[in-house]
Amino acid sequence: MSALTWESSETTGGERTTRLRRELRAVHALVHRDLLRLAGQRTHTALMLLHPALYLLILGGGLAALIPQASLGVGYQAYLFPGMLMMTVQTPAIMVGIRLITDRESGYLRELLMAPVRRSTLLLGSCAGGTLTAAVQGAVLLGLAGVAGLPYDPVLLGLLLAGMVLASFTVTSLALALAVSLRRAETFHTLLGVVMMPLLFLSGGFFPLTALPAWARALSDVNPLAYAVDLLRRIIALRVPDQAAAAGIEWAGRQPPLFLEAALLLAGGVVALLWATHRFNRPE
Amino acid sequence: MQRHVGDDDLAPAALRTAAPASPPAPQDLPESAYAIRTRGLVKSYPGPEGTTTRAVDGLDLDVERGETFAFLGPNGAGKSTTIAMLCALARPTAGRATVAGVDVLTQPRAVRRRVGMLFQHSAVDPDLTAEQNLHIHARLYGLSRRDARRRTAEVLETADLTDRRRSPVRTLSGGMRRRLEIARQLLHAPGVLFLDEPTTGLDPHARAQVWEHLRTLRERHGSTLFVTTHYLEEAENCDRLAIIDRGRLVAQGAPDRLKAAIGDDLVVLRTGDDAAAQQVVRRLLPPDRAVTVDADGVSLRVPGGSAWIPRLCAGLEASGVAVHAASATPPTLDDVFFHHTGRSLDAPQPGRAAAHAATARTGGGR
Repeated sequence: MSALTWESSETTGGERTTRLRRELRAVHALVHRDLLRLAGQRTHTALMLLHPALYLLILGGGLAALIPQASLGVGYQAYLFPGMLMMTVQTPAIMVGIRLITDRESGYLRELLMAPVRRSTLLLGSCAGGTLTAAVQGAVLLGLAGVAGLPYDPVLLGLLLAGMVLASFTVTSLALALAVSLRRAETFHTLLGVVMMPLLFLSGGFFPLTALPAWARALSDVNPLAYAVDLLRRIIALRVPDQAAAAGIEWAGRQPPLFLEAALLLAGGVVALLWATHRFNRPE
Repeated sequence: MQRHVGDDDLAPAALRTAAPASPPAPQDLPESAYAIRTRGLVKSYPGPEGTTTRAVDGLDLDVERGETFAFLGPNGAGKSTTIAMLCALARPTAGRATVAGVDVLTQPRAVRRRVGMLFQHSAVDPDLTAEQNLHIHARLYGLSRRDARRRTAEVLETADLTDRRRSPVRTLSGGMRRRLEIARQLLHAPGVLFLDEPTTGLDPHARAQVWEHLRTLRERHGSTLFVTTHYLEEAENCDRLAIIDRGRLVAQGAPDRLKAAIGDDLVVLRTGDDAAAQQVVRRLLPPDRAVTVDADGVSLRVPGGSAWIPRLCAGLEASGVAVHAASATPPTLDDVFFHHTGRSLDAPQPGRAAAHAATARTGGGR
């Protein structure tokens, strides 16, 4: 009967005081799983890191000669750098959504639902795991700052990292909000294929939004990626004023304050996460 | 043990209609003696054109602490739905259920903390090692880091997987994986362990291993095991069982009692002189028992058939009739199922006779 006695001593030992701790442990468990997977799948991680680096080196290198510095305010590789950081954090963030669906298909999600914690805690854990893995990968790619002609200034790198954490949180939440309502991984992949290309090109990561026709600019005004890229770009301009690039997001011809952009990103992420939690809480 | 069967057979109709409001009828065991109790449990789903389909229809179950309880029924009978309600994954439409002393409706998380659930198609993360899978699961259940490490090591030892703890799960064999999945459910030391078709898809060797493992668990920890199965011989080895068909409970009790309730064992004797043997056996048996002779030999039906064989043999030897072979075949659980539902569990076969032949293992003396 050792199992039963162990159980009862544990449950009588202050059920209320350990409630929050239990939920936190569950969040930690999910983050731990994401980090273990990141460390275990080295090839996959390396490929995910290689992809944005290739954009910076090949696309950036090739177009640098063609695009005059005057139109952007900076060299093309420097211009591309915030967009590349955005791509780096976006891939692992979206993977979280894909994994929610594959976990559902494989039955792993059901095992998670058996855990004696709230469903919102499980979603929060997935979100935290996605944000953290994305930020880790973003931090690695910050090492390429020199290629873009940026100084290795600790404050700049720290601010950029904070911006990337914020951006990955928002993208992870959006991916989760999408994933909770979809049952099949194929649908999610197809949807991403359709949606990601316009989101990326309307983010101002590859070319200035001012070059776009008016209707496309209107779309980019509601594109969360555009705010993320703009945030990163303005952080660079803040610390390295001679690297100030052409303006991104503008509301009626004026740039919104930096903190407002950050707050909008955070709010978008929180709303998406709340909605995802609401959907996820419905019994199956 | 048998006492609930009688009580419940009388009670359910009254309880079903008034299930949500009325408390369970008083029983002769205290509430704490039960691992699982349900009264009038119903789960219905919206069907086509406004109809409702009742997957589980007024279930009354009593499972005592520490027993191994089989939940037997054909596919689609409502076994998995019942289990989902009992471990608070699905909400009952009506009725009530208490698991490990906790109400599944009002305290679902407390129930989940006290039970383990092995799904029919269980899933472990194939890219992580056995140890990593267990550690993450332990943390999900709120164990501290130190406890998680300690319990992980303990259950790996119990599952006999310690030397494979650093292998990625995808490299483990089917049987090892199943043992790992069971081990994972033991991390938080649940009082009640649900196993939904635990051996489906395993080869006979792995099946035997899993059952051996489950028996050890029970002996060592006294856990209550609630096992759904459609394998008759697995249900046979449990302390008690419930038979479910189309969402309704058709019988509940110890396997021997259920079988005894529907009939006696078939005893067949092959002798040197069947006609003489018939006379001798008639004298030995109570007068109301029929003894027939056909091509198979002398046949008779008695309760406790195998215990009669030595007596019959001794009597026949004394009368100078040589006995070549003797066998006693108890009624099978399939017979019990057939008795209550008019159908066989081994669906497509017409052969209840075939099932008889397959289980004619209680051989007698020669």
